Amino acid sequence: MSNLLRLDHVSRHFGGVRALDDVSLALEAGRIYGLIGPNGAGKTTLINLLTGLLPPSAGEIWFADTRIDRMPAYRIAALGMTRTYQNIRLFPAMSARENVQIGQHLVTRTGVWQRLLWLGSARQEEMALQGAALALLARVGLAAHAEQRADELAYGQQRRLEIARALASNPRLLLLDEPAAGMNHAEAAELAALIRSLATDGRTILLIEHNMGLVMSLCDHLIVLDFGRKIADGPAAVVSRDPAVIAAYLGAETAPDAAPEAARA
Amino acid sequence: MGGLQNFYAAHQALIYFMGINALLALSLYFTLAAGQLSLANAAFMGIGAYTAALLTIKLDAPFALAIAAGALLPALVAVPLGLPVLRLRGVFLAIATIAFGEVVRIVALNWGFTGGALGLSGIPAKTHLWHIALALVVTLYVLWRIRGSRMGYAFEAIREDESAAKTMGINTTYYKLAAFVLGAAVAGVAGGLSAHFIFFISPNDYGFSQAVDILVYAIVGGIGNFLGPVLGAWLITLIPEYLRSAKPFGVGAGWETLFLNGLILLLVVLFLPNGLVSLFGRFRRRPAPAPKAEESIVDVESAQA
Repeated sequence: MSNLLRLDHVSRHFGGVRALDDVSLALEAGRIYGLIGPNGAGKTTLINLLTGLLPPSAGEIWFADTRIDRMPAYRIAALGMTRTYQNIRLFPAMSARENVQIGQHLVTRTGVWQRLLWLGSARQEEMALQGAALALLARVGLAAHAEQRADELAYGQQRRLEIARALASNPRLLLLDEPAAGMNHAEAAELAALIRSLATDGRTILLIEHNMGLVMSLCDHLIVLDFGRKIADGPAAVVSRDPAVIAAYLGAETAPDAAPEAARA
Repeated sequence: MGGLQNFYAAHQALIYFMGINALLALSLYFTLAAGQLSLANAAFMGIGAYTAALLTIKLDAPFALAIAAGALLPALVAVPLGLPVLRLRGVFLAIATIAFGEVVRIVALNWGFTGGALGLSGIPAKTHLWHIALALVVTLYVLWRIRGSRMGYAFEAIREDESAAKTMGINTTYYKLAAFVLGAAVAGVAGGLSAHFIFFISPNDYGFSQAVDILVYAIVGGIGNFLGPVLGAWLITLIPEYLRSAKPFGVGAGWETLFLNGLILLLVVLFLPNGLVSLFGRFRRRPAPAPKAEESIVDVESAQA
């Protein structure tokens, strides 16, 4: 199987609400995908299904040749898929560096025993991981804030810290749920440069974003959801001219309703 | 030297209890550090006390073996208990663990092997102060090394946001269970050690009020740091002794102790929510968070609305 991620006829119902309805799609490794659609289209639900926070009502999800729909979230993360959250979910009382170090859980080999016995290898790995955490913080522009509490950081900084935390386990697939929400143009431009540099590392990125400028500048490929159904899937330039997409998307754009999806997430 | 020995002789029991109660408070710290409010540790203490005492009384087992068994059995019980109950959150977990404590108490009360309501008496006095000190030092060392380790970060992540922890690849069930089992073992050691200097144990020593006492030690001391529970245990253990000797209210330690314990808990929860240990942290804490961060969140939200 050449696809990194594949969804086969995946649905998720909440009572009578079809948050996702028979969605099939495939992601190839090493590209930046944009997942767009009006608020309430099911984008965040899709990410929650992928990361194992919700089980699908029907369908199969395959990641890295492994079936992952029924797998606990921590095992899916171990296969190489991490995410950020639309409503920021950092560990608020911990420092920026500690947040990233929690993200390193999957790449940490030393257990408590080695630390109890004060083994040199434990100390070495600790120093290496701490160095890696600081390097990641520098990469997202938070080098000066490593020891600051996460909840003391400015909003845009918190979003970038979430990306650093998600990167800390060196995932193959990175899911970014509205990373530019609430950012100004300068911050969004910096973010775009960061995301592009992550993709050149060979990482696959699925980007949920309402900022169409950002999406069009970054994504090779767009997937469009509307009312839980996939209405378009293809090269960004083609999809962005699709009349169905324009109807669905511009229709929502003129009625700003950030609240419903935020409340649901 | 003579003065010190006299002091020790006069206050030996108090010093022992300060150590035991500190161990109990630390046993609860394991689960609290992972964000789990479990009230099972009094029962684990009881299982440890009965296991160790029965081994020395009935089998004349070596003391070290009895204490080791007193740590192992509660830890083993904690696994099948923890797997279902740790799925519960907050107050539901607390209630389930209180129920477990009652089950243990009722079993000990009605089982002939454990002496029923009469309890076990004539437990040989084998606990020395250095045993308690050693257990305390080892527990503190383990907690110190867990901090900043893969497990320590996992505990903190679960406490702060369990779902987010899962998507970081943390097996939350495993780590919650590990905290539960480690706490059970430490509570079991405290039970075994205390049984071997109080000579007599009975089921009601390990009931609900003991469970609440342990919680009060930890909360009064503060759970932001593993030294907090020790501090809280020492303070709450010293109060009745102070009342007994200084008689600030003109009488001994009766209702005044309970009253003062309750008052201290109330004051701490209201004015020092992070416990007594936060008093020490205040002097070297970073300056208060810049208001800038909060303002920007407000701006962003109002801009979106």
